[in-house]
Amino acid sequence: MPKVTMTVNGKAASADVEPRTLLVDFLRQHLRLTGTHVGCDTSQCGACVVHVNGRAIKACTSLAVQWDGASVTTIEGLASGDALHPMQEAFREHHGLQCGFCTPGMIMAAVDLVNRHGGVPDEATIRRELEGNMCRCTGYHNIVKAIGAGASAMQGSGKVAAE
Amino acid sequence: MSNTGIGARVARLEDQRFITGAGKYTDDVNVAGQTYAAFARSEHAHATVKSVDSKAALAVPGVIAVFTGADLEKDAIGPLPAGWMIHSKDGSPMNAPGHPCLVQGKARYVGDPVAVVIGESLAAARAGAEALAIDYDVHEAVTDPAKARSSATQLHDSAPKNTCYEWELGDKAATAAAFKSAKHVTKLSLSNNRLVPNPMEPRSALGNYDAGTDSFTLYTTSQNPHVARLVMSAFLNVAPEHKLRVIAPDVGGGFGSKIYVYPEEVVCTWASKKVGRPIKWTADRTEAFITDAHGRDHVTNAEIAMDERGKILGLKVHTTANLGGYPSLFATCVPTYLYATLLSGQYDIPAIYAEVDAVYTNTVPVDAYRGAGRPEATFLVERIVEIASREMGIDPATFRKRNFIKKFPHQTPVIMNYDAGDYAASLNKACELIDYKGFGKRRREAARRGKLRGIGFSCYIEACGIAPSAAVGSLGAGVGLWESAEVRVNPTGNVEILTGSHSHGQGHETTFAQLVSDRLGIGIDQVTIVHGDTDKVQFGMGTYGSRSGAVGMTAISKALDKVEAKAKKIAAHLLEASESDIEFKDGAFSVSGTDKKVTFPEVSLNAYVAHKFPSDEIEPGLKEGAFHDPSNFTFPAGCHICEIEIDPETGVCEIADWVAVDDFGNVINPMIVEGQVHGGIAQGVGQALMEGVSYDSSGQLMTGSFMDYCMPRADNLPSFKVDTTVTPCPSNPLGIKGCGEAGAIASPPAVINAITDAIGHENITMPATPQVVWQAARQGAARAAE
Amino acid sequence: MYEFAYHRPNSIRKASSLSASGEAKFLAGGQTLLPTMKQRLASPDALIDLAGIEALQGIELKGRTLHIGAMSRHADVASSAVVREAIPALAALAGDIGDPHVRAMGTIGGSIANNDPAADYPAACLGLGATIVTNKRRISADDFFTDMFETALEEGEIITKVLFPLPRRSAYAKFDNPASRYALVGVFVSKRGRDVRVAVTGAGPCVFRVAAMEDALSKRFAAKSLDGISVAAGDLNSDIHASADYRAHLVGVMARRAVAAA
Repeated sequence: MPKVTMTVNGKAASADVEPRTLLVDFLRQHLRLTGTHVGCDTSQCGACVVHVNGRAIKACTSLAVQWDGASVTTIEGLASGDALHPMQEAFREHHGLQCGFCTPGMIMAAVDLVNRHGGVPDEATIRRELEGNMCRCTGYHNIVKAIGAGASAMQGSGKVAAE
Repeated sequence: MSNTGIGARVARLEDQRFITGAGKYTDDVNVAGQTYAAFARSEHAHATVKSVDSKAALAVPGVIAVFTGADLEKDAIGPLPAGWMIHSKDGSPMNAPGHPCLVQGKARYVGDPVAVVIGESLAAARAGAEALAIDYDVHEAVTDPAKARSSATQLHDSAPKNTCYEWELGDKAATAAAFKSAKHVTKLSLSNNRLVPNPMEPRSALGNYDAGTDSFTLYTTSQNPHVARLVMSAFLNVAPEHKLRVIAPDVGGGFGSKIYVYPEEVVCTWASKKVGRPIKWTADRTEAFITDAHGRDHVTNAEIAMDERGKILGLKVHTTANLGGYPSLFATCVPTYLYATLLSGQYDIPAIYAEVDAVYTNTVPVDAYRGAGRPEATFLVERIVEIASREMGIDPATFRKRNFIKKFPHQTPVIMNYDAGDYAASLNKACELIDYKGFGKRRREAARRGKLRGIGFSCYIEACGIAPSAAVGSLGAGVGLWESAEVRVNPTGNVEILTGSHSHGQGHETTFAQLVSDRLGIGIDQVTIVHGDTDKVQFGMGTYGSRSGAVGMTAISKALDKVEAKAKKIAAHLLEASESDIEFKDGAFSVSGTDKKVTFPEVSLNAYVAHKFPSDEIEPGLKEGAFHDPSNFTFPAGCHICEIEIDPETGVCEIADWVAVDDFGNVINPMIVEGQVHGGIAQGVGQALMEGVSYDSSGQLMTGSFMDYCMPRADNLPSFKVDTTVTPCPSNPLGIKGCGEAGAIASPPAVINAITDAIGHENITMPATPQVVWQAARQGAARAAE
Repeated sequence: MYEFAYHRPNSIRKASSLSASGEAKFLAGGQTLLPTMKQRLASPDALIDLAGIEALQGIELKGRTLHIGAMSRHADVASSAVVREAIPALAALAGDIGDPHVRAMGTIGGSIANNDPAADYPAACLGLGATIVTNKRRISADDFFTDMFETALEEGEIITKVLFPLPRRSAYAKFDNPASRYALVGVFVSKRGRDVRVAVTGAGPCVFRVAAMEDALSKRFAAKSLDGISVAAGDLNSDIHASADYRAHLVGVMARRAVAAA
């Protein structure tokens, strides 16, 4: 079995994996980082979104072996110690989650979209950018609000593209 | 009102774990030695399983065991039962064959589990399932509910004409008389499209047998773990109740689909003893599409009779309800007592007669999905009322107001006794918020841009908190629908609330804590809500039907009354005063007319130290429980208005504006309530515009993944304008009515009424996809040109 | 997923030779291949990851031709200043494929080699008259897309880059499948000198050109020129999402919108 080594949430992680091991299974099963979720098998729901080398991707549609040497950030690694990332705070403040299952992917996607767009994206942009993230609870209303607020807070905190 | 008490917009306490990835859902639970289950499922919609050859499967490296329906039969593991008895109009009991957890004889839908393979890894289990040789004798399938009763295909020997029941409600003769005297009759035929609930967390189960205690633990994605345990014990014979612990940890959405006991959790629990290892199963989404109970699926013909002024005189309804291949746990009550009882809507209708035929087809079982029966009733009532007003040339808002029930309590002809409401208040406020008067101008402005703009109303009512237990029992329910609570006050004054309600997104850890904080005058951080574990909470009925506020919180409130009463007694001893002089306010007990007081934590400590009161008079400790059985349903109601713009070239509908004015009675946390409304509207808009299950004639599911089943996404929806009116609920002390399903109930007719308003005719089906709307708009244009 | 071996060669030559044995498949972005394998609908015995090959990377403008390396991710094409300047319609098309996370992985080479009948890039290639360069030869887009999920590629042949001649005007108009967000109908139009192209994806079993529309637009490149021109529904796809008639209608609408936007 090939050995893969990655930096996950700032820490070195390595394991012998079958080539067919998906990145999400590597995270969930080998590293027990169960914050990253699996909600579909057609690469659409976005519950598994993580950042790899600074880009948001779907961890369910990627093999662990593809990312030997990469740097991965999951929802567990977004906060700095006890200090939540502004986007996490914004989701709580604006009730951007209910059952919480889509939330990790949603927050990782939100941080990525702010990083790519810079500034505070307007509502239409946020809604379009969420094409790859499904939520069945919130009707997206408060997620959109939270991302707008999180984007503003990121400008203030210098968290933009700071990973 | 304190900043964390009743009525405050408190940020949710449970969010910390969810936003940091520390939530614990069933699939996140792993136990030592765990194995994995893969289910081999029928590829055929209707087939006799002649044999299952497991030789090749058992030869797959890592495969531990294979079980089939025969193994379940040997251990007398029973089939999944139907939990609500319905009698046909001729008095005969329904035909409700059980659903074996692994096929015994015939498979009756694509996805029906035939065998399970247990493996050291998921990959091994799946490879084993693929290696099973299953020999089928394939039969013709019937999938269309409208054809089920006349089909030559028979699903169950015990259900002739594929019929579960032929049920009726209301006064047939009085309704016929009402139609005779009518000046105008409006007719409507519709189908209420079949939906897949699709909570984002797929179902999962982890069964674990402990030989040392001869007991089982099941982690499962359930909205009601106690009911799951009861069913698995009393009906399925998996284990006695005291030897079965069911834990529903964080659950990623339910919407009804996680109420029921499913084959997979039964099999994983039972088989964990057979193989002596824990067994985990987690659905992938493809599996969820063919195993989670679907929702809706009605075919209906209705007529409504009016006098010359548009006053409604009577309503006649015939519905065929598709139950799928088997009667799921609560399926039989959905198109009856949760549907026909709401056919009066918000209107004073003197005579109603409804007939419901429930049929079996070779499709996934259908059961309650957010709203459950009430969306179907609301869709029918709000569509036919809208059409009637248009046909009679009466403004739809005026028509509705003319027919609103205005005096309460109001007894409808279909069982329900509405206790409180002010329907005109919601409608008026909604009209104001959307600027109904300015609609004509907006429509003309849209026309200049080449768009068709329409407006649609929906004045819905629902019945929540199904109760009282004796009444639902007389209607056929297999259980009582009360709720339990236990308040455990610790010596240091913080509090654990054990509730039989279950939160899978509703925010109970916050709202329930707000109630306790408000009542006991302690911070919400001093309150922990415990739920979802049958070893911790004694019993509970779970969360569905928007019941946890009205029923679950009332049980907590009653237990808090008892805590307060006992604490007062203790405080009286501490303050050396008469109990009748003790007042409890803002977290302190005081002697009226003096400045002598003790705080709640001081009383708590003394309750356990027990030095300062006679323990022959007052027992030590501070812990109280309550069971609450409501005296009536609650009746949330409101008005949603949708404005839509259609691109006639493509049929694309864009929701231009949405106003919701709901009357949920008193509200504990407006932020959470608004969130429930947003989510409900999105699901209703999904039903109206995007979502619909499609089977081909052989019973293959054509919409079996998110590639083909259209889920609402952020760019399909607008931001919503949400407001409330309040008439407190008289049947519980908190005045709460419930809010979880309202959005999904209200929204589909608002969307379809807006589309039909825009295109100028009523001939449209759900989901109103761009193709459907494009075709309809062309018809509309053709008619306009005539 | 079934088991397979994984290779990550650093040269095209090595990749090609690895593919010679057994049932190997090239892994580009994997956004179609991996979901297909997860559903056990494909079972290659080896995956040859092309991400480590430098020669498949890069976007540059050479004279009047835009060169896009086969492993360029959709997100890279969408955000490339070179592409946005040279062929803005191509950047916009890439920026609307799938969703942001799919675009971060999916590649132009993978997309056209797969030739999904509802994919966007085939419409751009055919609509711009692109040339597909492989490790063996150059293939014009007109010859490349042969049938549903079929291309002119031979065993072991690897797309290295795609060459797009710069049009004077071009645009892509896409009507999304509401569920999958693939193109239910997508129309790419371009005008370069007298050469006008109209390429349609999503509607038929394979991307195709509409000669009648091209002729009309050659005379006058305006949406109005398309009035009265329709494609025959008989050759188009019909499924639960859209009938052939509706698709035929949408081809007209999307073509007019694309021309208006070009």
